[in-house]
Amino acid sequence: MARVVVNVALKPEILDPQGRAVQGALGRLGLSGVSDVRQGKQFIIELDGELEGDRAQLVEKLAGELLSNPVIEDFTLTVEN
Amino acid sequence: MDARIGVVTFPGSLDDADAARAIRIAGATPVALWHGDADLNNVDAVVLPGGFSYGDYLRCGAIAKFAPVMSVIIAKAQVGLPVLGICNGFQILCESHLLPGALTRNDHQHFNCRDQKLRIESTETLWTQDFEFGQEIVIPLKNGEGAYVASEATLDELFAENRVIATYLGGNPNGSYRDIAGISNKAGNVVGLMPHPEHAVEALTGPTTDGIPFFTSILKSLVGAA
Repeated sequence: MARVVVNVALKPEILDPQGRAVQGALGRLGLSGVSDVRQGKQFIIELDGELEGDRAQLVEKLAGELLSNPVIEDFTLTVEN
Repeated sequence: MDARIGVVTFPGSLDDADAARAIRIAGATPVALWHGDADLNNVDAVVLPGGFSYGDYLRCGAIAKFAPVMSVIIAKAQVGLPVLGICNGFQILCESHLLPGALTRNDHQHFNCRDQKLRIESTETLWTQDFEFGQEIVIPLKNGEGAYVASEATLDELFAENRVIATYLGGNPNGSYRDIAGISNKAGNVVGLMPHPEHAVEALTGPTTDGIPFFTSILKSLVGAA
């Protein structure tokens, strides 16, 4: 069993209105000093067997083609075998 | 010549019927295409309509780009097939990398629904040649993720190459960089537009009939090519 965790976030230069709305809400709820909030997505992919070779390369490729849009987003990928 | 213009229906498309009606009003024959189709039924051009394909899951247009019909459209658009993407269709064209940049959430977080004034910035595409340069039009705008974003270099290139086809007038409704409402690819056969010309083709149902030239433009292109 392998578990792949892909975190996707908007690139720093892309405006994140949702993050900004959350930032405002945090302040209204009494949290002081919130200088920035960025909202992202996390994908947790469970796979049968070990992740290696071609399948590992395909996961990396699909993280950039399906799970994220490289025009506006960055991703990080971690594998727990 | 009987021009045949395909309109793709994805699960969640909303404006396919209005797009077909606009094509009919312009004098062509609309041809219904299904997202699972592997061929385009010999159409001369394609409209990707507005709506919420695949529920906007993941990102708007992100799942649609992998639909069987899109693999054919992407391949043919790269060699000249005229394609107009409206709203969700524009999002699909960006996700498919037929057009640069991306559409992201409106900067004010709210869904827009209003009649929007635009200025036509390029009449050199297959879908805008029936307009006059600088013409001001009013057509409906309705989107939640309509903010056009791209790198500064891409934005500079779009303007330098005359590929911004329309800009917002009277206030930027969604935070689009440089007020961009629509763009084209280098060849001018692929155009994406966030507002909805197909909802402005009849006095009874639209604020104006300013949307019609998008659909007559392509007819002129097709007749000219025949």
